[in-house]
Amino acid sequence: MFKRILSNDLPRSRPLTLCLLLIIAVLVIEPFLFHSEKATAVAAKVLVFILLAASYDLVLGYTGIVSFAHSVFFGVGAYGIALPAVYVGPSALAMLAGFICACVISALIAFLIGLFSLRVKAIFYAMITLAVAASTQTLVSQMSEITGGEDGVTFNVPAVLSASFEPFHQPIWGIVINGRVITYYLVLLIVLVSFLILLRIVNSPFGRVLQAIRENEFRAEALGFSVVRYRVAGTVISALFATAAGGVLALWLRYVGPDTTLGSEVMLDLLLIVVIGGMGTLYGAVIGAALLVIVQNYLQDLLAIGANLTADVPLLGQLASPDRWSLWLGLLFILCVYYFPSGVVGRLRLRRRSSDVG
Amino acid sequence: MKASDIGGEVRSVRWRTLDFWPCALVLIATAVALPLIGSPSTWLTLTVAGIAAGIIIFIVASGLTLVFGLMDVLNFGHGVFVGSGAYVAAALMTHLATWSRLTWATASAAILISMLTAALAVGVVGWAFERVVIRPVYGEHLKQILVTMGGMIVAEELIKVFWGPQQIPLALPEALRGAFIFPVGEHGAAVERFRLLVIGIGLLVLASLAYVLGRTKLGLLVRAGVLDSEMVEALGYRIRRLFVWVFVAGAALAGAGGALWGFYQQNLVPQIGTQVNVLVFVVIIMGGLGSTFGCFIGALLVGLISNYAGFMAPKLALFSTLGIMVLILLWRPQGLYPVTSNRT
Amino acid sequence: MKDIALALEGVHTHIGQYHILHGVDLRVPEGEVFVLLGRNGAGKSTTLRTIMQLWKASQGRISYRGDELIGRGTPSLADLGIAYVPETTGVFSTLTVGENLLLAARRARTTRELDTARLDWIFELFPALKKFWMFPAGKLSGGQKQMLSVARAICEPRALLLIDEPSKGLAPAMVTNLVAALAEMRRQKTTIVLVEQNFSMAKALGDQVAVLDNGRTVHQGSMEDLARDDALQRQLLGLHLGAHQ
Repeated sequence: MFKRILSNDLPRSRPLTLCLLLIIAVLVIEPFLFHSEKATAVAAKVLVFILLAASYDLVLGYTGIVSFAHSVFFGVGAYGIALPAVYVGPSALAMLAGFICACVISALIAFLIGLFSLRVKAIFYAMITLAVAASTQTLVSQMSEITGGEDGVTFNVPAVLSASFEPFHQPIWGIVINGRVITYYLVLLIVLVSFLILLRIVNSPFGRVLQAIRENEFRAEALGFSVVRYRVAGTVISALFATAAGGVLALWLRYVGPDTTLGSEVMLDLLLIVVIGGMGTLYGAVIGAALLVIVQNYLQDLLAIGANLTADVPLLGQLASPDRWSLWLGLLFILCVYYFPSGVVGRLRLRRRSSDVG
Repeated sequence: MKASDIGGEVRSVRWRTLDFWPCALVLIATAVALPLIGSPSTWLTLTVAGIAAGIIIFIVASGLTLVFGLMDVLNFGHGVFVGSGAYVAAALMTHLATWSRLTWATASAAILISMLTAALAVGVVGWAFERVVIRPVYGEHLKQILVTMGGMIVAEELIKVFWGPQQIPLALPEALRGAFIFPVGEHGAAVERFRLLVIGIGLLVLASLAYVLGRTKLGLLVRAGVLDSEMVEALGYRIRRLFVWVFVAGAALAGAGGALWGFYQQNLVPQIGTQVNVLVFVVIIMGGLGSTFGCFIGALLVGLISNYAGFMAPKLALFSTLGIMVLILLWRPQGLYPVTSNRT
Repeated sequence: MKDIALALEGVHTHIGQYHILHGVDLRVPEGEVFVLLGRNGAGKSTTLRTIMQLWKASQGRISYRGDELIGRGTPSLADLGIAYVPETTGVFSTLTVGENLLLAARRARTTRELDTARLDWIFELFPALKKFWMFPAGKLSGGQKQMLSVARAICEPRALLLIDEPSKGLAPAMVTNLVAALAEMRRQKTTIVLVEQNFSMAKALGDQVAVLDNGRTVHQGSMEDLARDDALQRQLLGLHLGAHQ
């Protein structure tokens, strides 16, 4: 039965399974484990990025398309939840309606971008998506009357999810259950269900055709599959899940801004996650997201310590400054692409196979 | 009979075979803009600005399109060279500031020197970039994209390390500020001096590129290599050695262009590389990957249209660039001047 | 007994997962025209490309006048006097005819430095090239492109020519020109390896012949013997080659 939930796509490596179970376990009991708001924030971000990265893996890893426009769908989803809350009010109905609109918009954009891939070569496509993402970010920043411009918008969530809502007066397992904890578990549930659906999709006949297209486009076409249709479908589906991730982020943060959602940092984070975790595996998204978000958050603290120590040394001090964590992340990224091309998951699975043989 | 006498009577064929439509597009764009803008003086100012901007973009992008055409390398980090060039120019100008204030001649010389220094410095950066970042991933497009993007982030952060994350002003030497007033329209048209200088420099660069590519054996090898590098090797040329130098030249051009860009904006931010990256990609896709002339026309179009759009509908400026790219790709999916190489 | 110019022993070539050549053996004598025959897909073009080091042989030896070719870079083959005319002509379509030829002359830096005596001889063989000197090569007809491709190969004196189906798509008059040009090369003691489907052309020029099938050499001998033996032709190539005109 367990196998069926995972759509027969098992981790296939003992260390990998252990890692995954550990991550999931920590995420599930997180609010009770660390009694800190920052830890919960980190965990929520991990969850959001698991979903976002998994949706990106669908298009990059499984369909084999390099797209830099994924952050656009993420942003659309986030603003889709935020804007109704700002202009109509923090009602679940408004947010749901907004979310559905966001899905439609994302699907439309994905459809158009996907159709365009008919006419142009793969690298053109990559560059075009880059331009689209940059343009969207600029556009949203400039439409400040509606979107709050560069500062973004903050909004209230339905009462059930707000921090002041406390259904139980007694602390349970050490903490007081409030709306934020409920929100956290809502996020967890949505991400979990979405991830399982994604697993189902990539292991379905549809998913297999996508992989066949990635491997050998000509052969797939010769076998009778319309490559364009499948690619467009893959792009649209992954866009929808990215929209969901955006909505979930907005729900958690209660704030949406162009740099948290549409910026190139998000796209870069995504690439890092998928490359480090392992493309075309979906589990790679889990490992990668956990690694990246944790490193990002705690690296800055580490760098701050380093900066204090080297404050007097002119150049070194600058290098160790916590603002420069992108530098180290960038270097790590490059090293991963060279030496770790199949990602953590790929490495772990390889080791398992070779230890079987040896 | 000398070899150079051959085919004298068919020399004019060269011109007849030039595909004129994309060039016509530039003229059409400027012609259409006139009634839309209304005032001829504004139109003149904007057109000159557009051409100047286009030329800078061309200088920056020309290297990238050649590198892609010749070496099949996707360098998503080309912005590194632009940013570095701009910052080197800024550093140099702090030393040349007083001297450049003397006359317009010294001012122009100062700009040229900044450009050349930037070109040299960035050429070295380019050489290092090719050795360290690109060479391990020859032939693997996905990895090239990822690695070069990573390289750009690292470079941007390094700029922040050396120069700090805040804006740095890059003032034009006084002699070059201000504008000439042309007797057009009611109040006369203001054409900025610096932009005229840029156009002059740009035409010089274009002429040199055209000469090297068109009239030297080296340029011939590059053009042939873009079409069919295997055949060039079969003819006995070690073209791979040429690759590095083309890459370095491309980086140097981008550095020089970056210096000009810095003067144009009068302000430097560490993100300058990323900002220019998108524009450069749009231009080389529009022009046709591997085509220098296509890159030139594409850059002119982008420069003109973003200036016109910036005046008529400022919020849509960046989208207008995207818009023309889409329209052109619908007309010619491989770009204005497609380069059909043996690889496609 | 003539010297062997080019020798292939047990050459295998893999392209990705595909095993194309399964052990090709050839012995090409100096100064002769050596014809390579075989069905489509037998591996003839692959053999030429492997000799040119455009594809790496995974096994075997290829030696030219005693020098081992495998492991050398493609550019160094021109130093040994080897030239290649690919099936797709390999002309640079946006470069002019003159520029194409200039590329073939490695020592010349501009068209003024081209060896005029040699050029005159090339123009005698292929008059169209003189007429279209300034035209982009892409505007030439198929036959003219073939001629340009051959002309490029002989622009500088060469000792070994590898030519892949030069007569494909050519009108009979052009084929005559081509045969004349190649015969002239043979007169000048150039070794030629010719892949050709046009059997009358092959018969006219060829001294030796080898037949490939499924990436293996299944026959090697003199052209005269094969031309006389209809039964052998049918066995090796599936039909009587006289029917090919």
